[in-house]
Amino acid sequence: MVEKNYIVKNETGLHARPASELVQFVNKYKSDIRIIKDGCEYDAKSIIEILCIGAVKGTEIVISVQGEDEAEAMDNIVNFLDNIEE
Amino acid sequence: MLKGIAASPGISIGEALIYSKQELKIENIKINVCEVEDEIKRFEKAKDETKAQLEMIKDKAEQTMSEKEAQVFKAHIMVLEDATLYKKITNNIMQNMLSAEAACEKAMNDICIILENLKDDYMRERAVDIKDVVSRLISNLAGINNLCLNDLERDVIVVCEDLTPSDTMQMDLDKILGVVTDIGGRTSHTAIIARTLEIPAVVGSRIATCKISNGDLIIVDGISGEVIINPKENEIKFYSKKREDYLLHTKELEELKNIPTVTKDFRKLELCANIGSPKDIEGAIRNDAEGVGLYRTEFLYMDRKCFPTEDEQFEAYKEVALKMGNKPVIIRTLDIGGDKELSYINFEKEQNPFLGWRAIRMCLDMPEVLKVQLRAILKASHYGNLLIMYPMITGIEEIRKANKILEEAKGELLQENISFDEKVKVGIMIETPAAALMSDKLIKEVDFFSIGTNDLTQYTLAVDRGNEKISNLYQPFHPAVLRLIKKVIDASHSEGKWTGMCGEMAGNEKAALLLLGMGLDEFSMSSISILKVRKVLLNSSFEEMKIISEKVLELDSVDEVIEFIDKGYK
Repeated sequence: MVEKNYIVKNETGLHARPASELVQFVNKYKSDIRIIKDGCEYDAKSIIEILCIGAVKGTEIVISVQGEDEAEAMDNIVNFLDNIEE
Repeated sequence: MLKGIAASPGISIGEALIYSKQELKIENIKINVCEVEDEIKRFEKAKDETKAQLEMIKDKAEQTMSEKEAQVFKAHIMVLEDATLYKKITNNIMQNMLSAEAACEKAMNDICIILENLKDDYMRERAVDIKDVVSRLISNLAGINNLCLNDLERDVIVVCEDLTPSDTMQMDLDKILGVVTDIGGRTSHTAIIARTLEIPAVVGSRIATCKISNGDLIIVDGISGEVIINPKENEIKFYSKKREDYLLHTKELEELKNIPTVTKDFRKLELCANIGSPKDIEGAIRNDAEGVGLYRTEFLYMDRKCFPTEDEQFEAYKEVALKMGNKPVIIRTLDIGGDKELSYINFEKEQNPFLGWRAIRMCLDMPEVLKVQLRAILKASHYGNLLIMYPMITGIEEIRKANKILEEAKGELLQENISFDEKVKVGIMIETPAAALMSDKLIKEVDFFSIGTNDLTQYTLAVDRGNEKISNLYQPFHPAVLRLIKKVIDASHSEGKWTGMCGEMAGNEKAALLLLGMGLDEFSMSSISILKVRKVLLNSSFEEMKIISEKVLELDSVDEVIEFIDKGYK
């Protein structure tokens, strides 16, 4: 399992469109991908759970990936989050 | 008359159509064990049906809207297919023994409660998306077909509690003149979509659906946020005129896009936008800004617990640089203090914060903070046409000190083999009388000036611009201020350099003419003022305004100046 702390950077946070893009993106990976905020775990492959995080700009989250492609998935997820377009 | 929030500008007059959804009364809430399998099957079938409908909406969106907007409907399909939602609904059927409709409703409510408790407005309103999808699912389960906005017989103004994304997608745009809602704010889906589609809209009226009946004649004023029900003859006349004026005005301004700002006697001027974050670039581009005359970077520093890192700043500056392409972007270094403070810096209580530890003074006391910012700007300069500007300068030493830090930053980047624009232009804000009076000396140290009229007025006239008791003394048209502006412009021209203005005065149509006559080269303002100012300047003559401005500078008092301007410079 790999884990990484991350702070949401884009202006409007993970609202509908970025959230759906993220979900489409993480569904490419076989690993189990979770986002942890304030001790609660959310399934990154579920758009509803991503929306429920309420991740606005500056929110501190932990990304946790477990599975055969975990290293690759982690790098690409961070890269994806860094480059969300408003 | 109703008062709501002006959500999308324009005026429409027409017949009201109350758009309300059939209340979904869910009966047969509890089921027996033997019914579980059937309910699951019914749910699956309704889900397929819903998916087919959403696919159709999505296809239509992809044809008629931008990819970004169509993505919302892709998200709707994802919501429908979401594993978490599926689990919640099937659990409600299998374990809680609820009917398929009740199971969907409970799942929807559970999710929406979480969303509606989020702190961010924008996030909170995403509950609308979930409700939209699940309500459709429930309607399909119950076999209800709601009134559709896609098959209207005549032109109407839609009056409703709120519109969901799929409502607006199905709307027959040719027939919808305006929208009035009970709930929502400027960031609600209805407001955003109305602005995109350029349909006049008033949202958040609270009581529109109670007060307005089907078939009422109503007027929607999306500029003032007013809705008039069954207007009188004279009101119809008044608003028809207002509507025509608005349409004519927007059409005229629309035609001024992509035209260079050149006076009748061929003086070329630059009209730029003031921005506070990369988000504002969209408006700047839409209004055809010829550059960014002021990028206020302080918002990057606000609402957080520590200084933004070099990388965070770099990303923001790079985004602006890339989006503006080869057009110039003037980035003002941190201008904080005065009325804006940061929680992570100890601003001691000051008697006169506007005369105190702020802007460049603070940055020179904390050179590391300035250096991080300058490094980030330099790195981003590789991706576009960036210029650097220091705020609140009063003397030449401040420029030299700041430039020394800039040189250090450049040296570091060279050593680190990071590319940047080595000839990046550096300028200063002229917002103190000291800087204006010394402008002939200061210009030798920099490439350009930008006049900040708000502070220059307050410092020159010794008038606190926040104090209402003396607000009548706050006069940017005071001859003292005008003479300083003239001096600054002349000083820059005598060295073959240029002067811009990024205060509110530059976006004032009347002031723009005077400033043209005084020789101002660049005008920076809120994006929405650009086309208005361009219109005025296109119809003006530099030589004529030059003579007139000389007369203005010889007037005795601010009253005389204002009277002269109000009479159309005659």
